Amino acid sequence: MPLNKGKRFVERDRTWHPVAYTPGYKTAVARSPSQALVSLQAPTVSELSGPDFQHLRMGPHDNDLLLNYREGNGQDGLPVGERIIMFGRVTDQFGKPVPHTLVEMWQANAGGRYRHKKDQYLAPLDPNFGGVGRCLTDEEGWYRFRTVKPGPYPWPNGINTWRPAHIHVSVMGPSISTRLVTQMYFEGDPLIPICPIVRTLNDPEAVQTMVGRLDMAHSRPMDCLAYRFDIVTRGELQTYFENV
Amino acid sequence: MKQPNSTPTTDLMLRETASQTAGPYVHIGLALSIAGLPPRKEEIWNRMATSEADGQLIEVVGTVIDGNGDLVRDTFIEAWQADANGEYQCDYDLERPFNSFGRTATTVESGGEWSLTTVKPGIVKAANGKPMAPHINLAVFARGINMQLNTRMYFEDEAEVNVACPIFNAVESEARRRTLLARREEGEGGKVRYRFDIRLRGEGETVFFDF
Repeated sequence: MPLNKGKRFVERDRTWHPVAYTPGYKTAVARSPSQALVSLQAPTVSELSGPDFQHLRMGPHDNDLLLNYREGNGQDGLPVGERIIMFGRVTDQFGKPVPHTLVEMWQANAGGRYRHKKDQYLAPLDPNFGGVGRCLTDEEGWYRFRTVKPGPYPWPNGINTWRPAHIHVSVMGPSISTRLVTQMYFEGDPLIPICPIVRTLNDPEAVQTMVGRLDMAHSRPMDCLAYRFDIVTRGELQTYFENV
Repeated sequence: MKQPNSTPTTDLMLRETASQTAGPYVHIGLALSIAGLPPRKEEIWNRMATSEADGQLIEVVGTVIDGNGDLVRDTFIEAWQADANGEYQCDYDLERPFNSFGRTATTVESGGEWSLTTVKPGIVKAANGKPMAPHINLAVFARGINMQLNTRMYFEDEAEVNVACPIFNAVESEARRRTLLARREEGEGGKVRYRFDIRLRGEGETVFFDF
């Protein structure tokens, strides 16, 4: 993004987002600051600028998880699982598209197992599935991935805690102020309301901003279903009447 | 139809998509080499500068420590800094000798230490035109962190400019300001290295910003 020194962003509503200390999610207890955040009354170019990834050289299947793992591994099969398109639009809070911004995602396979050396869950790895994707939004803010729907998985929080099926999503936006990492959940999943990580949010409406919707119109007959997940980043404003 | 001016302003604007923790496996998505995945054509990683870059080549290292004093070995960190002339290089391009953006991580294998190879940033002007002391903006993501924690790393050997920096001084407590200072130390082969440990909670807790 060209550096526009006149811009600023709508203040983050930190009661809408999860607060840091959320004891129901146990790891947050020792990893949340006890002191108040220090607010920058006048954000500077350090916060208002950010990287533009239009010159990052990507591979042809970086956004296609059905094909992108086998290349490096001499595999030629397809992954097991529910074939889906995950797509949506990145806009800011005023509905303005966020074009050419980097959207990254990662996920477990259809059985809920991550291809990460630390994941020891007994559900097996899929030899044809890596679980990582990235793309830039187009001129109008649209992005898309092709993948399999991830499975839920257990994790050591409560005695019997399971994550809902989810895809981790990372968006840069026009500056480091708009940087956002979230998770997309799947419409109708009964694990959503009982998940301690989802419940780090206080407002049920805020939870809805993380739910991907089944979109039959954008699915491909006899091929794959589609889930739509629109992402909203902080609204971009111009500054008026400053430094006079 | 709604009466004009009867709608609360919050309804006139979309709400930001809510944040969630990056979780324990953030590395498979954003730091592939750490997770043991094959690299893609180009990866965004921790070499922000090559020896061809203008300015003083430095190494920045650190750990992340939780509220019990234990190392956090699954952190993912993003860095954003000006070049040696105090300019942000927004076009990320790995063919250039310097990029303002970089990523790093702590792992069990690294002994819980993250590192960046970069140049010492120059002085950047704040909104009011006042110079800000050289700093690197860092965002910390990890399991247990519901929304990234933003901090700034300043250099302890820039004492004079640090004292005059409007953002450094936005921190009311003098004791807390010191949590933003990286210590200079001798790196391998005489390289200049700065150490910046981030304490998430409790004694010596690092200052985190909202902006």
